[in-house]
Formats: sequence, C-alpha cells, structure tokens
Amino acid sequence: MAKSIKVRAKVKGGTTVVKALISHAMETGLRKNKKTGKKFPAHFIQEVTCSHNGNDVMTADWGTAISKNPYLSFKFSGAKSGDTLKMSWVDNKGESDSVEAKIK
Amino acid sequence: MNTNRRSFIKSSAAVGAFGVAVSAGLITPRAVMAAWPKAAFAATDVDSAVKSAFGESATTTSADIKLKAPEIAENGAVVPITVTSNIAGTESISMLISNNPTPLTATFNLGKGAEGFVSTRVKMSKTSDLVVVVKANGKLYSAKKEVKVTIGGCGG
Repeated sequence: MAKSIKVRAKVKGGTTVVKALISHAMETGLRKNKKTGKKFPAHFIQEVTCSHNGNDVMTADWGTAISKNPYLSFKFSGAKSGDTLKMSWVDNKGESDSVEAKIK
Repeated sequence: MNTNRRSFIKSSAAVGAFGVAVSAGLITPRAVMAAWPKAAFAATDVDSAVKSAFGESATTTSADIKLKAPEIAENGAVVPITVTSNIAGTESISMLISNNPTPLTATFNLGKGAEGFVSTRVKMSKTSDLVVVVKANGKLYSAKKEVKVTIGGCGG
C-alpha cells in the first residue's frame, strides 16, 4: 500500500507542532449508491496513534464524522529537532498504515 | 445503529486478534485501555454518547475551552475545527455534533507532554451545535458553538 500518511512536525520554542494528512475514504455507511440504491459499506479510521520515543503523545478514537482524507494537528512538548515521530492508523476493516518522520 | 452480522463477525474477530496480541505481550496495557469505544460512537444523542464514553453525562461549562469553527460552513462535508483547552491537566478532548446521526465524532487522548490543542476537519449533516467535552483531572468540562451549514447554498 502506498503511504497514506503525510506528516510534518516542527519544533518551535520547545513545542512541537504536528500536522498530518491521511488519505482515506472515511465512508460513513449512510451514503447511497445512486445507481443501485444500496448503501456504501462503512469504511473509516477508528484509531490514530502518534508516538515519540516510545511515549504515546496522542491517541485518537475517531467516528465516521471525520472528513474524507482526514487532517489532524496537535502540539506536544519534550521533543527536539531530529527526533523521530511515529504515526499510525487502524480502520474498521483492520487495514492499517504507519509512517515515521523526522521532527524538524 | 444497525450492526449487521458481517461487521459483527469482523469486530469480534478483531477483538480476538487483539486479545492474542495482548497475551503475547505485543501491546502495552495502555494501548488496551484505548480500545475503540463502540457503544459511545453508536449513541444517537449527545448525552448518552458522553455517558457511554466517560461514565457520566454531567459536564461543567468552561470558558477555558476555545473553539474555533466557522459560523457558517458552506460545505458540511469539510468543517475545520480547532479546539484549545487551557484547563491544566487536560487528558482528552472529544468532539460531538448534536445533529449528526451519531454525535460522537472523535476523542483525542492526550499523552504525556501533549498540549490541550487539536485541530481536524469533520462532517456535519446539517446546522448543528458543536459540543466539545474536555476531561481534566477526572472532571468533565464542555463548550458549545453553533455552526450553520448551507449545502449547495449561495454561501449566506
């Protein structure tokens, strides 16, 4: 699977700002296929984890109401430039992806 | 919410795999605690979603939670929301949209070092209150803002 996560992290004044874009359909299970009248099955990210030096700085539980191709941003302290940040997601079909990025 | 047989089988299989991973010591207990709260996400009103997620539905309105969301969202499929919590010891930030079929949108559990700030984009089915619940020091705080959604409109 092609990498689905784009993540940028930057330290400024001791605070690391993390910005991420994940490409995912985020299907709610409520949208109908106009041709067949059937609903598209739900397919959405349930958990996003972001860790720095083995410490989970942020874990998110998501529902279906997060927009398609989700954007996510958060801040944390305690990281320095050059550290590695790891981000991963798992969806309701058990698919997952993870990526590592250097903090700038 | 309808839980059809297939997704039920899938979710139970996922739980099984999770259990195996736990017993094999692959996942730390903290990760187990963060198992996806299915009942909370299936709840159809704000109060029961909050109750299911946190065990209680009573929240204190707090001015220390700053919500940044558009007054009028032209496209309900992409509504940018930024939450800043200035409450000391913020543990988690949850977003709920009261008029969505299932209000609970996301819960961000903040770990060590994380600041009370999250930003994301959500879907809104229609004009609705955005409710943010912040858990700090074992207490629940909330803030609310109405977002008007004009789908296919002239942008107000």
